[in-house]
Amino acid sequence: MSEAATLPTRRDEAWRYSDTDALAGIDLGNWRAVDVAPGETLRETLAVEDENGIADGTRLTRLRVSIGKGARYELFGVIASAHLGRVEVEVTLAEGAHFEMGGITVGGRDTVREFVTRVVHAEPNATSNQVVRSVHWGQGTGNFLGNIEVVRHAQKTDAAQSFKGLLLEKGASVNAVPQLEIFADDVKCAHGASVGQMDENARFYMAARGLSPELSRRLLVQAFIGDALVALDDEAEHERLLQVALDKLDKHL
Amino acid sequence: MLKIENLTAEIDGKTILNGLSLEVAAGEVHAIMGPNGAGKSTLSYVLGGRPGYEVTGGSVTFRGQDLLDLEPHERAAAGLFLGFQYPVEIPGVSNVQFLREALNAQRKARGEEALSGGEFLKLAKDKAGLLGLDMDMLKRNVNVGFSGGEKKRAEMVQMGILDPAFAVLDETDSGLDIDALRVVGEGINAIMRAPDKAVLLITHYQRLLDVVKPDRVSILSNGRIVKTGGPELALRLEDEGYDAVMAEPA
Repeated sequence: MSEAATLPTRRDEAWRYSDTDALAGIDLGNWRAVDVAPGETLRETLAVEDENGIADGTRLTRLRVSIGKGARYELFGVIASAHLGRVEVEVTLAEGAHFEMGGITVGGRDTVREFVTRVVHAEPNATSNQVVRSVHWGQGTGNFLGNIEVVRHAQKTDAAQSFKGLLLEKGASVNAVPQLEIFADDVKCAHGASVGQMDENARFYMAARGLSPELSRRLLVQAFIGDALVALDDEAEHERLLQVALDKLDKHL
Repeated sequence: MLKIENLTAEIDGKTILNGLSLEVAAGEVHAIMGPNGAGKSTLSYVLGGRPGYEVTGGSVTFRGQDLLDLEPHERAAAGLFLGFQYPVEIPGVSNVQFLREALNAQRKARGEEALSGGEFLKLAKDKAGLLGLDMDMLKRNVNVGFSGGEKKRAEMVQMGILDPAFAVLDETDSGLDIDALRVVGEGINAIMRAPDKAVLLITHYQRLLDVVKPDRVSILSNGRIVKTGGPELALRLEDEGYDAVMAEPA
């Protein structure tokens, strides 16, 4: 089978708001396996960022994560580069395991930046928490497609998903697609999604104290995306990811 | 210090300020009183440069500069402070971060050195103490979860930290109990009573003027100043009401 024949289209649910034209020539079979042994904790941070000027290609990161009994996996990521920047995570949780994710997308022009997750609560007592914040301008698009599956016997599952989009200019867009498939009857699954624009009252208040439009925008965006990094308990990494996002905002490209 | 000449301004095509003229000299506390809907808040927003408030005529000169030519943040850097009747909540941004960034942005615009974190905290602690506001409050997000009175105290702490030459205080006394009113009033005196500073104090009530004794009092009605006098004018308003006082020949 030729590679072209296997490329997804926007008819595929997981690629619905993506830019599938940007996939030509990209190896889609490139999944990285992550195994977190029972009782262990693993944290990963990733930054899709420009190197040597603006990168306009396609950047796919695909992770297939298995979290062992009582183990914990944390993933914090910023997508701030590539024409199509996509982080895709498939997670399977064993009993009492926890998955923590914080994701940030930022971008303008006609870029598409997205997190796509599939979280399978395969055993009882596992918990997951996903927070995604998207800030876009120009014709930029930010997406969060989050699928949570709770199998029949995965009782006492506690899964949460939060998405918020901030549109800085007319023409930008964000899409949130929470999908919950719950087959157990004693679970908590929460999801929320909202889209808004900058609070102009706050901006005038900040201007009246001496902050330029650029500075007030930066502060408000920093506060907004900060939600996604609240659970990242590493100050240096926290700062690094924040800077990647804010630098892109400052360049406004 | 501030000279407003024949100012007209409108919101959504509706004229609110209608030929307003007013002069405030350095060293002066000038109270503006007036009935509801007279244009008091509009005056403060026009001076601050709020979007949506369109100046259609007249001029405002501030320390020799055309104020209306400046962006809102440039007006702040030029020494203008606008105290809000309803201070805005900013979730996710702490007072300390907000005020340090604001102060350093102003200092940078004036060609001054930025304050270090330590220097700033010392200044903030000093000014918070003056207004009886706990430092823990300043570590919290801007105005989030503050009571009405705490918001007004926090405004005055901001004023103390930013140390403006000219303050426009829009109903800073609203929402304050008697004790808080005294603290805020004394804060205004401590921060702004100086020969090279001035205050435009917009208020409905004499009780704030008992603490912050104005040098001059003007009555704003239908978008213009209809009468200006000494502190006794405010006392007479309290006794006789706007209609009686304004009915007299100027």
